Amino acid sequence: MRVTINGKAEEITGGTVLEVLKAKDVEPQMVAVEVNSKMLERHELGLTRIKDGDSIELLFYMGGGR
Amino acid sequence: MPFVPDSEEQVTRYSRHILLPEVGGKGQKKIGQARVLVIGAGGLGSPVALYLAAAGVGTIGIIDSDVVDLSNLQRQVIHHTDDVGRPKVESAKAKIQALNPSVEVETHYSRLTADNALDIIGGYDLVVDGVDNFPAKFLINDACFFAKKPLVHGGILRFDGRVFTILPGQSACYRCVFKQPPPPGMVASCQEAGVIGALAGVIGTIQATEVLKLILGKGRPLTDRLLDYDARLTRFREIKIRKNPHCPLCGAHPEITQLIEHEAEVCAVKP
Repeated sequence: MRVTINGKAEEITGGTVLEVLKAKDVEPQMVAVEVNSKMLERHELGLTRIKDGDSIELLFYMGGGR
Repeated sequence: MPFVPDSEEQVTRYSRHILLPEVGGKGQKKIGQARVLVIGAGGLGSPVALYLAAAGVGTIGIIDSDVVDLSNLQRQVIHHTDDVGRPKVESAKAKIQALNPSVEVETHYSRLTADNALDIIGGYDLVVDGVDNFPAKFLINDACFFAKKPLVHGGILRFDGRVFTILPGQSACYRCVFKQPPPPGMVASCQEAGVIGALAGVIGTIQATEVLKLILGKGRPLTDRLLDYDARLTRFREIKIRKNPHCPLCGAHPEITQLIEHEAEVCAVKP
């Protein structure tokens, strides 16, 4: 299915958000995830199924300032 | 010292501001009366403090417990080669005063802690986050929420930068996005991962602009949206954020009711 991840169109096999993170080799503890502008709780990652056309934002921690 | 409209020096100095309908003499006076706290006199704090000083912000507070290191100079443009070894707050104060002697500079040569955060932040109208570690970023977010002070958050790493403005109680806060700091050692710091120096200028000047807009009450602040900048691609992206009802700080059932200090993660990214 076709989804948008961080503004870029991507073809993915689908599944839950957690499965998408695994496929992209992203550690779930390291990101905040929004699907269609809704922030997901950590426990929702494995329960939320991605649908065709979804827009996913993976927000990584960005700590620097110095 | 606040802006004095009948002083020729002041009118000339701020003429390019005063020309703007959004600023004018009235707005410049507001800028002159504002008290802004810059937390961290490093990569982000440097451009923030310099631009706020140039703009004529009446009082700039700077808190930092570090001394200038040679490796800072690649991006921390408020510090010069001669300043190596000098407390950053003193070095920053000297540059601010050289740029604009009418700015009052208050230096806090210490670390922001759960014990002193509310006292220090309470003395200012607005706060700018220019710190380099997560425990401090969460502490600043929480303290600004409890003290009800607008916060302009910023972050930089490698080629990526981020800005996010928070109006406590009104707009989404940092914990609406990130509930807690990442596990220690899992996120690289600039010290370990590097950062392209000019990126600090891009993000810091956006933060300074946000501060001026908030002082003036003009434009639309960067609230409820994160601005992410990818310097590799020269691409800005805006990510909509909603106030999170499950936010542990500003949500419907807050778990955080007083300031807490998260464990310092220090610099330990696994090789």
